[in-house]
Amino acid sequence: MTITCGFEAQRFINPTVKNIPPSGIRRFFDMVASTRGVISLGVGEPDFVTPWHIREACVQSLERGYTMYTSNYGLPELRQAIAGYLAERFGLSYDPQKQVMVTIGASEAVDLALRTVINPGDEVLIPEPCYVSYRPITQLAGGVPVTVPTTMEDEFALTAARLEKYITPRTKILILCFPNNPTGAVLNEAEMQAIAALVKKYNLLVISDEIYAELRYDGPPRSFAALPGMQERTILVSGFSKAFAMTGWRVGYVAAHPDLLAAMVKIHQYTILCAPVMGQMAALEALRNGRQDVERMVAEYDRRRRLVVSRLREMGLECFEPRGAFYVFPSIKVTGLTSTQFAEELLKEEKVAVVPGPAFGSSGEGFIRCSYATSLAELTEAMNRMERFVARRLAFKHRAVAHA
Amino acid sequence: MRKKILELLENNGKLTAKEIAIMLALPVDQVAKEIAAMEQEKIILRYHTLINWEKAGAEEVAALIDVKVTPQQDVGFDEIAGRIYRYPEVKSVFLMSGSYDLSVLVQGKSLKEVATFVSQKLATLEHVQSTVTHFILKRYKQDGVIFEDQEADRRQVLQP
Repeated sequence: MTITCGFEAQRFINPTVKNIPPSGIRRFFDMVASTRGVISLGVGEPDFVTPWHIREACVQSLERGYTMYTSNYGLPELRQAIAGYLAERFGLSYDPQKQVMVTIGASEAVDLALRTVINPGDEVLIPEPCYVSYRPITQLAGGVPVTVPTTMEDEFALTAARLEKYITPRTKILILCFPNNPTGAVLNEAEMQAIAALVKKYNLLVISDEIYAELRYDGPPRSFAALPGMQERTILVSGFSKAFAMTGWRVGYVAAHPDLLAAMVKIHQYTILCAPVMGQMAALEALRNGRQDVERMVAEYDRRRRLVVSRLREMGLECFEPRGAFYVFPSIKVTGLTSTQFAEELLKEEKVAVVPGPAFGSSGEGFIRCSYATSLAELTEAMNRMERFVARRLAFKHRAVAHA
Repeated sequence: MRKKILELLENNGKLTAKEIAIMLALPVDQVAKEIAAMEQEKIILRYHTLINWEKAGAEEVAALIDVKVTPQQDVGFDEIAGRIYRYPEVKSVFLMSGSYDLSVLVQGKSLKEVATFVSQKLATLEHVQSTVTHFILKRYKQDGVIFEDQEADRRQVLQP
């Protein structure tokens, strides 16, 4: 590109955008990408490819000429199927005409929800560690992100007692993402009810990102919206990426109070128009005939989860047992390294990639995220390598202590 | 519990009792005991390895043979099946519904070897009425495993 003298591109960039820090894992990503023979436990998506019948449904829809726009809300059959699924799985009753909209992944739904409800200066409660998008999207919408740290002592669950300390008269929204990325934490019934009581008491709105809802290992999935009095106060965000191994299709959805949904569709129709029809056709097949696939994948994740937790503990890392998603979040404090040191040195010495905890918020310091969405053979090999690495660090630390 | 153990072992015979126990949240000695018992009871017959012999450079010829037989009084098809499956060249034998009776998989080093086996050993057996030989040209998928899978891991190495 030829750059004309005197043109300063930076001058044109909105200061809010300028002030958003670049991705925390960019540098580490480059390190991993340029190393050969790496086993990556740093991937945030299923290792399964989308089940064949779902792919086949998409191909057939293309052959039948489904190549056009759909309604802004999404295909009526798909909205109907989503409402049916939410009813059957969570006992939630939504009107598919007025309360359900198909989005470009759950990510767009989170963005739409925040942009629809935030007034400049509104405070948004964000339990951390959490997925990386909530804070920047809040800032882009003019909101003020308020971090609510969770701890390993609480099994990374959000407790009402802690939450209440962060509520101010300016608090408007609480974002929940359980089962959680990166910790795998879930909220139990009592915790959810206590949080719901606060939501009512302080008249808050909840954006519940339930993209990992199906990946639960301690019983059937629960939705925050299904708690008494919470459905109208909850913007329920979900999608097909994790449960059906459909990340690249970019199909998600949002279910909410009709007035909130009507407001959200205004943004969606001008910015997105509609989610791609082929992805929607695939999603329809997933909901109609994909139950067994989900069960098969969840059973497989569950076995790997137990194996990884057991191996991490055996090598001397403190690790709480995750009950959802496909991540474990062990503490690496015992090694005396920071999360970033641990990740970089592990990569260099044993070619295993993990994500340093602080990528998900400062309360993630001292932890690493390991995804078990990787084949059993690779997981076992990765655990063997990590075990060697940890053993060396612990031996080094003990020698240093003995020497002192 | 047995079913769960078997499902794991069917796909990976290398798993240790300890690994299985952890993955299924069962006591390790109990898993070891069950596996031993199932071996004893011939529920677990063998720990099998699926090999792509073509890739290993070994030439092998295999044929599926449809065999029509005359069933015998009292013993039905079992007697003749037994006479067939005892040949080491025969890798599997199934009793089929439909237009023929036994499906026999025969493996040999060359086309000629398999053809000779069929014409001299199989077709000449008493009670065998006819045989139709189908040579296998290419294996795409066997025992649930796709041989030349195009579905590599295409995920980015690191994602939040």
